[in-house]
Amino acid sequence: MPKITELNVNRARYPIDADAETSLLTVLRDQLDLTGSRYGCGEGQCGACTVLIDGLPRRSCITKVGTVADRQITTIEGLEQGGKLHPLQQAFLDAGAMQCAYCTSGMIMSASALLRSNPNPSVPEIVRFMEGNVCRCGTYLRIVAAIQQAAKIMKEGRS
Amino acid sequence: MSDLSGLNGKTFDRVTHVDLEPERYELQSPSSYHFDPVELDRREFFRILGGGIVVACVLKDASAFQQSQGQSRGESGGRRGGGFDERLPQEISAWLHIGGDGVVTVYTGKVEVGQNARTALTQAVAEELRVAPRDIRMVMGDTNLTPFDMGTFGSRTTPTMNPQLRRASAAALDVLMGLAADAWKVDRSKLAAADGKITDPASARTVSYGELAKGKQLAEAIPAEDPLTPAARWTVMGESLPKVDGRDFVTGKHRYPSDITLPGMLHGKVLRPLSFGATLASLDTHEAEAVPGVTVVHDGDFVGVAAPSVEIAARALAAIHAEWKPNPVANPVPQPSSRDLFDYLRKNPEQAAGQGGFGGRSDHQAGDMEKGLADASQRLRQTYTIAYIAHAPLEPRAAVARWENGKLTVWTGTQRPFGVRGELMEAFRLSESQVRVEMPDTGSGYGGKHTGESAVEAARLAKAAGKPVKLVWTREEEFTWAYFRPAGVIDVAGGARSDGTITAWEFHNYNSGGSGIGTPYDVANQHIQFHPTKSPLRQGSYRALAATANHFARESFMDELAHAVQMDPLDFRLKNLKDERLKAVFQAAAQKFGWDGSKPPEGHGYGIAGGLEKGGYVATCAEVAVDRASGQVRIVRVVTAFDCGAVVNPDQLRNQIEGANVMGIGGALFEAIEFENGRILNGRFSKYRVPRFSDVPQIEVVLVDRKDQPSAGAGESPIMGLAPAVGNAVFNATGVRLRSLPMAPNGLKT
Repeated sequence: MPKITELNVNRARYPIDADAETSLLTVLRDQLDLTGSRYGCGEGQCGACTVLIDGLPRRSCITKVGTVADRQITTIEGLEQGGKLHPLQQAFLDAGAMQCAYCTSGMIMSASALLRSNPNPSVPEIVRFMEGNVCRCGTYLRIVAAIQQAAKIMKEGRS
Repeated sequence: MSDLSGLNGKTFDRVTHVDLEPERYELQSPSSYHFDPVELDRREFFRILGGGIVVACVLKDASAFQQSQGQSRGESGGRRGGGFDERLPQEISAWLHIGGDGVVTVYTGKVEVGQNARTALTQAVAEELRVAPRDIRMVMGDTNLTPFDMGTFGSRTTPTMNPQLRRASAAALDVLMGLAADAWKVDRSKLAAADGKITDPASARTVSYGELAKGKQLAEAIPAEDPLTPAARWTVMGESLPKVDGRDFVTGKHRYPSDITLPGMLHGKVLRPLSFGATLASLDTHEAEAVPGVTVVHDGDFVGVAAPSVEIAARALAAIHAEWKPNPVANPVPQPSSRDLFDYLRKNPEQAAGQGGFGGRSDHQAGDMEKGLADASQRLRQTYTIAYIAHAPLEPRAAVARWENGKLTVWTGTQRPFGVRGELMEAFRLSESQVRVEMPDTGSGYGGKHTGESAVEAARLAKAAGKPVKLVWTREEEFTWAYFRPAGVIDVAGGARSDGTITAWEFHNYNSGGSGIGTPYDVANQHIQFHPTKSPLRQGSYRALAATANHFARESFMDELAHAVQMDPLDFRLKNLKDERLKAVFQAAAQKFGWDGSKPPEGHGYGIAGGLEKGGYVATCAEVAVDRASGQVRIVRVVTAFDCGAVVNPDQLRNQIEGANVMGIGGALFEAIEFENGRILNGRFSKYRVPRFSDVPQIEVVLVDRKDQPSAGAGESPIMGLAPAVGNAVFNATGVRLRSLPMAPNGLKT
């Protein structure tokens, strides 16, 4: 089985030792100790493990590490820059958009992908894009509000 | 091999026998508090915590304690509590420590599973100790550091732990004031405290708590009777303090139990039987044992592996060849399936100890049912059913276990760390001092994490491997081997006079439980009974317990009776209600919703339902839209009014109420566990539908803040109104009455 020996994560290159078939989630969590991406279902149905691959949201639990060895991977740990929270992270805090927060990493990563492709999403667009992310505590309305708020802040930042 | 004597009984028999885990806290008598004296003598305390001031909150028998402990220490300012010299007294609920650095560390056995206890309890301490929330650390659910606690369930944290911590905080402030008064030789009543400092306004002197605590080793135990700041004068409680450690969650830094990592740690997996109750017929582990680095454990019916990585563990597990045979004694063949579930529940009574909503009795009778029915102009009789559903906490069960010098430490996600310690002690024949359970803030529970399966399994594997082992249940394991919200059948009969007075009320619940089974309506003649039955699946607590099922049946039937006597469903309820607080939430919800005077649009319907449980009064109005062609039921709008006494944290309370409504949508409309021949058929998110973004309606919350009432818990009761309100709204829209939860798993067939 081919081995993968390096991975680009959060703008840094890390040595790893994994079979190409191993899930990206397992490598991130167990080899790089990046545990912010969570296991929730193992079948790409809950979104708790969402990371960005070259800026696109992917369920790392069903992504084989061999398919992303030369790609840029961003996890929740890579969102904060220079001690400053990403506007989405701040907006989630401001909106109180969490309870147990186990889904929060995946929610924020999915939302960051959404705002990259659609900086000013409508509520139906947010709902459609985020449908694959589950929050069992039921904070969906607050998450929608947080995404809208972050979009607003990011827009102001650009103008 | 036989080292795990407790495990068979604990892990597997439980799923084959009827085991009324449900409502377990209602069955449980108050626990005898007991401590390991080794951990808690005074010197040990200060060795762990550093110098400073410790105040422990004594629950009861405080006067006896004082006598046995002698006079309080003079330097503390003559409080009626006692200093303790050696062992801490029994009956302690919580304690707090003020260090020389001014940091206040609070120790409580309650745990954080998303209900925001950590933040709300921080507010309680900040309020009474007059210290900023940022200077408070909460140590929660660590069996070595926190006092015994039965568990975090039953919405008990706010009504019990909150006032206890406030009393300990008030006592600690009293100690600090005494120290300052002594140092400055002034009358303590002239001093003021705020933001972690004590000030003498006359001389403008100020001293911080840290300066007062520095170099001291002062221990106080206080009876839990200090007067507390009334809600009208709260400054920190009553405010929407954000989640205290929120930043750790949005950055991904927080370590849930499944994120704990130890040096040299292995990863475990457990071989599961092919069906509930099956036992091993044959086992061949040679191939698995040949995988490098793998430890295979076979102990009774427990078979598991520990390996350097999850992949290798999975590979080793797949290499195990096992044959299973069903256990016909414990599990009849064929086992009942979800299709014949309700018939089974009716026909399989269980003689369990009395359990129910009437002081532990399961049978309640008042007046004369026959007379009541004879007095009625309209009589009805209906049956409602409730499917098994799963909690599906987003973080499945997880544990990391480490053995060191015969002592076991387990980090695990549980609502009952002390209960899990008990399970580990039993499974491995250890004493309290040999087992430590720590509970990192966990990825939710909803009543589903009262047990310690993964902790016992990880500990068994770690013991065999001689290294720490992490075991995270897969989603399928969580769906299959945890426990479910009980299914139930509920028969309701009743009658009302044409003026709307309910004259008779008969209510029989089979299996789902006694919570919320009583009626809050004023009915002279009633017969209410809980009938325990055998359960084909392992079942247990779930947010609000059976109150959701009982409210669904009762509030649906109330709607049916209202229509039978041709009254508005809200007017009908108010006419039969005496409870002013319940009336008030019904009226508040109805007003916000626009119940009076607005008609639903074409294809839409309005419904209302409510009730009270665990000190919480709830009323929910729902608007649904039913697409006749597709049968799709969409909840458009929900208004919930809630009264849980004086509100501790309005925004987090709203969050809980919104979340309870969203979670309630699943059980109301589409969640159901399907099973057959001892197997779960839909144990994954691709087959078991949970509420998602597109299912969520507009939700409005009306908080009825009763500052004159004690604060009650709020994590559970707000879920009760959603299902019946939605069912009643569907009837309003279509004339079709839905009497089974879930009501429309595949849309509405009309």
